[in-house]
Amino acid sequence: MPERITMQVARYRPEIESDASFQQYEVPCPKDWVVLDGLNYVKDQLDGTLSYRWSCRMGVCGSCGMMVNGEPKLTCATFLSDYAPGPVKVEPLKNFPIIRDLVVEISDFMKKLVAVKPWIVRKEEKPVSQGEYLQTPDELDEYKQYSMCINCMLCYSACPIYGLDPKFIGPAAIALAQRYNLDSRDEGSADRLEVLSQHEGIWGCTFVGECTEVCPKHVDPAGAIQRYKLTATMDWVKSFVLPRGKAKEEE
Amino acid sequence: MATRRERPIEPLLWLLFSAGGMASAMLMPALVLLFGLALPLGWIAPPSYEHLRAILANPMTRLVLFGVCMLSLFHWAHRFKYTLYDGLQVQHLNELINTFCYGGAVVGTLLAGYVLLGF
Amino acid sequence: MTDPTYREFHPRWLRPRMSTYWWLGKWPYVKFILRELSSIFVAWFVIYLLFLVRAVKGGEVAWSSFVALSAHPVMLTVNVIAFFFIVFHALTWFAVAPQAIVAHIGKKKVPAILIAASHYAAWLVVSAALLWLLLRG
Repeated sequence: MPERITMQVARYRPEIESDASFQQYEVPCPKDWVVLDGLNYVKDQLDGTLSYRWSCRMGVCGSCGMMVNGEPKLTCATFLSDYAPGPVKVEPLKNFPIIRDLVVEISDFMKKLVAVKPWIVRKEEKPVSQGEYLQTPDELDEYKQYSMCINCMLCYSACPIYGLDPKFIGPAAIALAQRYNLDSRDEGSADRLEVLSQHEGIWGCTFVGECTEVCPKHVDPAGAIQRYKLTATMDWVKSFVLPRGKAKEEE
Repeated sequence: MATRRERPIEPLLWLLFSAGGMASAMLMPALVLLFGLALPLGWIAPPSYEHLRAILANPMTRLVLFGVCMLSLFHWAHRFKYTLYDGLQVQHLNELINTFCYGGAVVGTLLAGYVLLGF
Repeated sequence: MTDPTYREFHPRWLRPRMSTYWWLGKWPYVKFILRELSSIFVAWFVIYLLFLVRAVKGGEVAWSSFVALSAHPVMLTVNVIAFFFIVFHALTWFAVAPQAIVAHIGKKKVPAILIAASHYAAWLVVSAALLWLLLRG
């Protein structure tokens, strides 16, 4: 195992350049180092001007997503020695505008996340005195997978549809909508349907499936989207069969 | 709170695409194997003309075939439309593409109806 | 040396354009495009089937010329390619069916492997039934 590895890190400093470039850094490569450790070494010892996001360094905050050798990865969960002898290329997350170096603009995703109402929506809240909402393990199992999303946006980087059309609502937003749609405590499916049933909602997805492949938490957003297409279609069929007066069908 | 959707046609198109995908996946491989490869290459003793004609005479056969043809054509239309959008990035030509794809599927369905059901 | 277009509080974001050949970048993308292109061969086979039916309706001579045409090298090549693409379509379709279809028996989810298995089983049964129906006479 070589003791050092070369990292080719993308730089973009809008005050001095109009396009991205690469800068090479040689960093130590112990067996237990992840790409993030390499970047921290660069920042601490070699070049303090490098900008990048990170936080928990253990794969739960979703901050450190970057392209490592062309694949979207959590840099805190990707071992540097896997790329030995290197060089290993580190670039900002694809399909997002680059603010500086490895930092991307994510407010587009934030807007879309809010638009799908990722919270329990109820017609009437139960008063605290009446106790908790009860849920069986089977009911939890329905949506648990989709609740594992850490908003890291690796799926948006892997999704070619999002890259081609930034108006597409994207895998994570739909998976999170499903997390609430399938939650037995939630009554907001109809609200979310409005946002999701637009052309830039679920119908833009062509089931490439790469989002599921790159998801570090095994959320399977592709599955969530296809399931929702089926649900939305059945809902549409039922709207012809059920009497017009009904605003939404019962659970 | 408006419940009107922006593109009410999308669920129908997706339903046709899905049904067409399932129908073509289930039925076509065996048919291509038989009529595209085995028969012309003489791998098997060919079915007699009378037998084929008898099968085709059954209205059920023709109805099922018509259904498969129609659904498969709409499956192609939907998938090919998105391939053009995403592969060639020609979304600005979407009116032309939609006309070509779904219009083509309609024309094909009418042809299938003419050949199979005689209308 | 400061870039003259640099605005201190609103720096210009870099937005790389997506190449027309984005789908050549990764093997999963190539596989995806091939899967989508298989729909062309699905449509082709519909046409072929309609010509076949027309030939059967047209009489024994028409049928013989159709069979002869189907053996033509160009037609055969097209159909060989179509066969591979249509099988590819079927395989990729059944592979993703468990992701798209989540069924319940009572309150319990049907395991994904059962969904997949039922699709392949149905495929086998339908194909066998078709071949038996067509070849028994």
